[in-house]
Amino acid sequence: MNTGTKDHAGLADIFNEDEARVDWHDETLWFVRAKRDKAAHTLPEWEALRENASQIKDNVLSNLHDYLLQFEAKAQQNGITVHWAADAEEHNQIVHSILKAKGVTRIVKSKSMLTEECHLNEHLQKSGIEVIDTDLGERIVQLAEEPPSHIVLPCIHKKKEEIGELFHEHLGTPKGESDPQFLTAAARVHLREKFLTRKAAITGVNFAIAETGEFVVCTNEGNADMGAHLSEVHIACMGIEKIIPKRKHLSVFLRLLARSATGQPITTYSSHFNKPRAGQEMHLVLVDNGRTKQLGRADFRNSLKCIRCGACMNTCPVYRRSGGHSYHTAIAGPIGSILAPNLDMKEYADLPFASTLCGSCTNVCPVKINIHEQLYKWRQVIVKEGYADTKKAVAMKAMDFTLSSPFVYKTAGKAGRWVMKNIPFLVNNKLNAWYKQRDMPEPPKQSFSEWYKKNNNE
Amino acid sequence: MNSRAEILSRIKENQPELTSLPAELTAPLQYADPVAMFSTVLGNIGGTAVPVSSYEEIQDYIKTHFADQKRIISTLPELSGVTEAGWEGQDPHSYEDIDIALIKAHFGVAENAALWVTEELMQQRVIPFICQQLAVVVQQKEIYSNMHEAYGQVADAVYGFGTFIAGPSKTADIEQSLVLGAHGPKKMTVFIMADS
Repeated sequence: MNTGTKDHAGLADIFNEDEARVDWHDETLWFVRAKRDKAAHTLPEWEALRENASQIKDNVLSNLHDYLLQFEAKAQQNGITVHWAADAEEHNQIVHSILKAKGVTRIVKSKSMLTEECHLNEHLQKSGIEVIDTDLGERIVQLAEEPPSHIVLPCIHKKKEEIGELFHEHLGTPKGESDPQFLTAAARVHLREKFLTRKAAITGVNFAIAETGEFVVCTNEGNADMGAHLSEVHIACMGIEKIIPKRKHLSVFLRLLARSATGQPITTYSSHFNKPRAGQEMHLVLVDNGRTKQLGRADFRNSLKCIRCGACMNTCPVYRRSGGHSYHTAIAGPIGSILAPNLDMKEYADLPFASTLCGSCTNVCPVKINIHEQLYKWRQVIVKEGYADTKKAVAMKAMDFTLSSPFVYKTAGKAGRWVMKNIPFLVNNKLNAWYKQRDMPEPPKQSFSEWYKKNNNE
Repeated sequence: MNSRAEILSRIKENQPELTSLPAELTAPLQYADPVAMFSTVLGNIGGTAVPVSSYEEIQDYIKTHFADQKRIISTLPELSGVTEAGWEGQDPHSYEDIDIALIKAHFGVAENAALWVTEELMQQRVIPFICQQLAVVVQQKEIYSNMHEAYGQVADAVYGFGTFIAGPSKTADIEQSLVLGAHGPKKMTVFIMADS
């Protein structure tokens, strides 16, 4: 998506132009968040599960080197070819070279936020390879030539009428047809043809197990399985942080993942790929792309524990009212806002400020990532490194000047109260960033210190 | 230095001090009647539980409920009286027109109505995904309460491919409206076999 030089606030302004849609987006995601709560409350051990998952992930990060070696050796024994990619570019080249060697020019792909992060589709398409995204939501945004706006619900920003229009244009459904049942059936026919005719399939990875060398892919639609089991070549792409130590640890993560994501007790399919099918080639690409750097940042390391459930987005008051695209990064919302500055602090300097720091994201995180604390810490790093938004930096400087001098503070307070009372349009206008979406308060007649002086003297 | 060596050395340099794995979760939720719980949860996620006491009963069910279905296959020899013979060992793409596939599960899990199925129970990996309807047979005594018990069963198992299946294929990508039958089975029936 070309967002130019716009920041989150600017992009959110575009989303906020359609107020009815903002309300609908907000309510839909809150509905998903409420389903998560209901599912979590069915398990008395929910908090113990979160703690357990968090500690398992701590152990993973503290022993990642050995776990990756163990995983690689086991996977190779199982007949899986393992590749290592230092960055997005290398990841894309590896995938391309595998396809090229097999002479494949048309592929199916199931949901993978990593390939979104690496912009794999664009890379392959430039090389003349056709990529069909097979997750329904991803196929919809692909037809619309947009990136996903949510990691679990990729087209949550789209109304069914818009999807109907896209399908009419691309899949030949009747004009004006927008019934979800009808549209899904049309997509089923369209995508089945792709599954049956494509020789290579790409999938993401939810969990990879060091002990056994297998990897697990979770979907509700079964698209990863349809692709993988019908293809001659299966390429799975994963970030190095997706490792877990033992197979039995999946019990903890599979109990948490779908409940946190959509409120389901588990995804429809939790598929464990251990060996390639007879006659099939299976490749696995391990990707760093900034993860080792994040591992070295003690304050931000915890973000690597993320299992990509999206609970933090569904609960975030800013995400719900500004939409995923306003984050201009593959992973939107609170978790994306602490991952993105690691990749490029300057480009994503605005994102840690796209939060109220209310802590709701941290409260719902199934692996107990201290998301709101990290957002706050990123703000400090970004200001210190000089990447903060000019408007914010100027406001902070003015604040610093005012608060350091009692005389200036008193005078400014008095002046402010006088202006708000006598010439309110001076502050209640579009030039004042604080006035946007907010009403200015009624000015008090006197300051606290004036009140104190008066009342103490009497 | 190649990327593998580079990544590994950066990890070694950056990973924090070793922390130990936590103790296993104590006393995860147990259900007094796991079979009843399984059936309820399966219903909630769009599947149907059918209690049976013999394979004959399953065959009768197929004859009455699936009479209009053209292509019915099964990996269970006990059901060969009502299912197609010699379907195995074909190109996976040829299973596209299967109306109902009947397979067996190792066990089920009450908390989420998931059934554990490995490659040898499917014959072909694509079978439970490509069919229009899926039916699974599970023994009543092999329905566990939770996922911890489930992984206790598979912790050391050897398989090329295994999957937990919980209900029919589904999506809610269009305005959060739940639709059954995204790419895979539109319906799922689970035959719960009484203890003999």
